[in-house]
Amino acid sequence: MQKVQNNKAWWLVLPVFLLVAFSALIPLMTVVNYSVQDIFGPGQAFFVGTEWFKEVLTDERLQDSLIRQFIFSGAVLLIQIPLGIGVALMMPKSGIKGSLCLILLAIPLLIPWNVVGTIWQIFARGDIGLFGWGINQLGIDYNYTGDTLDAWLTVLLMDVWHWTPLVALLCYSGLRAIPEAFYQAAEIDRASKWAVFRYIQLPRLKSVLIIAVLLRFMDSFMIYIEPFVLTGGGPGSSTTFLSQTLTTMAIGQFDLGRAAAFSLIYFLIVLLISWLFFTAITHADKEK
Amino acid sequence: MRQTRSKNFGITLFILLLLTPIYWLLNMSFKTNQEILGGLTLWPQNFTLDNYAVIFTDPSWYSGYINSMIYVSINVVITLVVALPAAYAFSRYKFLGDKHLFFWLLSNRMAPPAVFLLPFFQLYSSIGLFDTHIAVALAHCLFNVPLAVWILEGFMSGVPREYDEMAYIDGYSFPKFFVKVFLPMIRSGIGVTAFFAFMFSWVELLLARTLTSVDAQPIGAIMTRTIGASGIDWGVLAAAGSLTIIPGLLVIWFVRNHVAKGFALGRV
Repeated sequence: MQKVQNNKAWWLVLPVFLLVAFSALIPLMTVVNYSVQDIFGPGQAFFVGTEWFKEVLTDERLQDSLIRQFIFSGAVLLIQIPLGIGVALMMPKSGIKGSLCLILLAIPLLIPWNVVGTIWQIFARGDIGLFGWGINQLGIDYNYTGDTLDAWLTVLLMDVWHWTPLVALLCYSGLRAIPEAFYQAAEIDRASKWAVFRYIQLPRLKSVLIIAVLLRFMDSFMIYIEPFVLTGGGPGSSTTFLSQTLTTMAIGQFDLGRAAAFSLIYFLIVLLISWLFFTAITHADKEK
Repeated sequence: MRQTRSKNFGITLFILLLLTPIYWLLNMSFKTNQEILGGLTLWPQNFTLDNYAVIFTDPSWYSGYINSMIYVSINVVITLVVALPAAYAFSRYKFLGDKHLFFWLLSNRMAPPAVFLLPFFQLYSSIGLFDTHIAVALAHCLFNVPLAVWILEGFMSGVPREYDEMAYIDGYSFPKFFVKVFLPMIRSGIGVTAFFAFMFSWVELLLARTLTSVDAQPIGAIMTRTIGASGIDWGVLAAAGSLTIIPGLLVIWFVRNHVAKGFALGRV
């Protein structure tokens, strides 16, 4: 659409600007302020410059949870995106069955995150949970509170259960926007199922897939409540992700300077990756 | 025909797998603790509503649901009120710094809540809003407002400019046009945005828990008290969890016809 140049539009944006500035800029400045000081108590703060940043960047505990975080987010994207597309392709196109699928799929998204953790905490237990009991019954030794691999798989499975519906619903709405004429043309050309998917559906899904990948990356990178309730970060620290490490540092140990420096680095990583991803895609668009 | 049948089978299987953990939670909420710990039963042998009775008779339990509902509602209202004009500005006008502003807004959606935990706590404590519903509602605006602007902008761009111009020729002032003509045209967009704002505010716990202690405590924080000295009260925990699913179901029922569009964030 042709947009008109008009700086008075700022008046319409002003409420949002003020609100978000209040709830984002002030806290962010607080974090920046902490990150360059060493605080012992009220009125006893010392400027330490980049000291905290150096310390955080060389902290092994943080590096470990950063690596775990990347593995987790990578696995989440690799599983959920293809699975979500698959589910969207299988969903009924319209009618009562379509809306029923829609509602049922959306249920996991509407459950508070701590309850998601609780559900899986119960469901995966070997003694009182159907899933854990079933696996044990099959003769596989499974215990998510004791075994690192089992804990990982359970957290991953929980996230797949929780968020694949989002990818599926995004793709579903993308698929519905493809005009019927495209399919008819494909039928006349006797295109195979695969060709229809590869050359009609997939290109048309691009814009929603960008949203899906971005949302899933951002949210999986901030995951906190669900694994915290499910495994408490254990066994050991094997499922402790970045947000949990940060929260323990800031609230549990009240290590303000270090936590603030870590916060800033954390935020920058998310921003940088999202930005890289975004420009890479829009760039590929322009070249076409 | 064969194709549709295998598709139907696939989607049914997926949805069944999706619902199994939820069934298990429901199943447990109707059992006594003896039965839960006594052995695995696929459905309640001694059907009981005691677990729900615990929640509905104790104000310190059910007030959690009320608190959550209050701050979620306030948040949805604030989000819509500020996001609607802003989305209109983004969809209709070019102005100084519009692209940067838009990306800056979205970048707040990317900020991990854990980063803002401590500063939020101090900010709201210092202005005397700690442990109020409004504090949580404002904090949740951090991620809901950017998302709302994004979705609404998509819906608004779908309405041709000609409507705006026609309304001006007919002598409508801007506020009158906006409320009487424009908003009804993007009704479904507003519904979908409200749905998303509701959803993300309802499921968030980290900020909500940090900004409250007693008076505005969300249900998610209250649930942790089922873990007592004598172990976990599984039945009540399951009942409390089951109840948190209901508001979401109600909301999605109201916007079910628009949800597919909303998930495309209005852009498709």
